[in-house]
Amino acid sequence: MKLQQKEEPLPDLLEKDQPLLEVKDLSLSFRQYREGLRETDLQVISKLDITLYKKEIVAVVGASGSGKSLLASAILGLLPENAFLRGTINFKGKPLSPERQEHLRGEEISLIPQSVSALDPLMKTGKQVQAVIKGKNKKAVQQEIFDKVGLPSKTSNSYPFELSGGMVRRVLAATSLASSADLIIADEPTPGLDPFALKETVNYIKQLAENGKGVIFITHDIETALKIADKVAVFYAGQTVEIAKVENFCGSGENLRHPYTKALWNALPQNGFVPLPGSQPLLSEVAEGCIFHPRCPVKTDLCKKKQPESKSKNGEMVRCFYA
Amino acid sequence: MLKVNGISYRYQNNGPWVFRNFRLAVQPGEIVGLCGYNGAGKTTLAKIIAGYLKPHEGEILVDEQPVSSFTGIRPVQLVWQHPEKSINPKWKMKKVLEETTDLDEELLSLLGIKSEWLDRWPSELSGGELQRFCLARTLGKHTKYLIADEMTTMLDAVTQAQIWHALLELAKQRNIGILAISHNQHLLQKISDRTVSIA
Repeated sequence: MKLQQKEEPLPDLLEKDQPLLEVKDLSLSFRQYREGLRETDLQVISKLDITLYKKEIVAVVGASGSGKSLLASAILGLLPENAFLRGTINFKGKPLSPERQEHLRGEEISLIPQSVSALDPLMKTGKQVQAVIKGKNKKAVQQEIFDKVGLPSKTSNSYPFELSGGMVRRVLAATSLASSADLIIADEPTPGLDPFALKETVNYIKQLAENGKGVIFITHDIETALKIADKVAVFYAGQTVEIAKVENFCGSGENLRHPYTKALWNALPQNGFVPLPGSQPLLSEVAEGCIFHPRCPVKTDLCKKKQPESKSKNGEMVRCFYA
Repeated sequence: MLKVNGISYRYQNNGPWVFRNFRLAVQPGEIVGLCGYNGAGKTTLAKIIAGYLKPHEGEILVDEQPVSSFTGIRPVQLVWQHPEKSINPKWKMKKVLEETTDLDEELLSLLGIKSEWLDRWPSELSGGELQRFCLARTLGKHTKYLIADEMTTMLDAVTQAQIWHALLELAKQRNIGILAISHNQHLLQKISDRTVSIA
C-alpha cells in the first residue's frame, strides 16, 4: 500500500457540496450562410441549466430538436466550428475550456454513444475495452467488467458484427465502466431494446452511479428516465423548462410544475395518451414571451409578452410564471 | 383481409430459420399489435408482409390475391422506425410527398404537417416532423393495410400520442388495417384491438 498520495484540492468540498457538473444559462447558436454570403445566427439553445452531483443520475428528457444531444456535444467540446457557445459549464468547480475538454475527454468525462456502430469494426471488443483501462492486468480487469455487465467471457474475442444490438450496448457500457471517468454522458442508449435488454442496460448505468460516477442520461423516453434517474431535466426548444424529482411523476401529474412536463406525462399510453396539439418551435420562431406559450393550455397575456425566469428550490427548478 | 399464410424465412440457405410457419390475419379497419424480443424477426416479418423480401415458404394475400401480383403502388405499406434514414436527404419535403401521392390538404392537416415545412430540407425538420411525412406518403388512396414498425419509438411521448391519434382517426375513416410492431406494451394495449407475439 502506498502512503504517499497525490495532493487533491479540497477533497471534502468536492465530495459533498460541489457539483460534479454545473451548466448555467448556456446558450448556443450556429452561424449560417443563407442566400449566398448573408450571415445569420440560428439560436438553438438558450437559458439551459443543469447541475449534477457525484453518484447522481440526471435524465435529460425532451423531443428531438430540444437540444439534448447538443448539450452532450457542448460538454465534450465536440461542437462544429460554426457553433457559438455562451454561459457557464463548470466541471469539478472549474470552467471547461476547450483545452481542458480535450484533456478530460475520454479520461474524466466519457460518452456512451447513441449509435451501436460506434465500436471499431475491425478490433475485437475485449481489446477495445482494454484500451481505456489504466494500470496493469488490463485483460483481467476487462474480464471482470464483462462479467459484471453479463457478457460471456468469450465475447472479448468477438468482433462487433458478431454481436447482437443488445450485446453491443453492453460493450459500450463496459467501456464506460472500465474508464476512470467521473462523469458519464449516456446519449440515448436504450431505444429499440426489448424489455429484458432494457432492464439490463438500465441496471448497468445504475451501477455506474453506485460506483461513484455522475451520469447524464439523455433520452426522449420518459418511462426509462423514471426507472433510472434521481432527477429529470425537461428540455423544450433549447431551454430547461423544469427539473423535477422522479417521485413527482405520479398520478395525473399534479406534482409536476411546468405545463409541458405535465403534457409529456399525460401523453404516455398508460396515462391517458393525451396529445397536446401543435409542435415544438425553433427558438427564433417565438419572438416574445415564454417559449412554450403557443401551445400552453394555461397561458395568459403575461406569457405572450415576457420570458419567465427560472425558479429554483431544493435542486428542483421550473421556468413558468404560474408554477 | 390481409392474410399472412404460414410464412417461413431464413437469411441463408441451410441457415437457421428466423421464423417458421407464421400465420396472421388483419381485417380491414382492425389494429393488431405485434411484440417480440430483439432478434425475434419482427422487422424481417414487416419487410416480407410489405413485399420487400420474399418468404421461403408461405404467401401474403390481400383480398385473396398474392401481394406480389399487385403492380404500381402496393396495398400494404410500411412505415420504418428511423424517418431520417428513410427520406432522401437531397429532396425537399414537397418532392418526398409527391413521389407517391398527390398533396392531400386534408390528410396533411390531420397529420399536423404545416404547409411551410413542405419547402424545407429533411435536415431542417425534427424526427417527429419527418415521421409525419413518412406516414403521409404511405397513406395514398391505394393503401389498405399499414405496417407501423416501431413507428414512434424514436419520438417523445407527446409526439407519439399526436401521431397515433391522427393515424387511428384515419384508419377508422378509410377502414385501413394496421399491424403495429412495438416493444411498448402500454402503447400496444392502448391502440390495438388485439395483440400477438412472435417468438
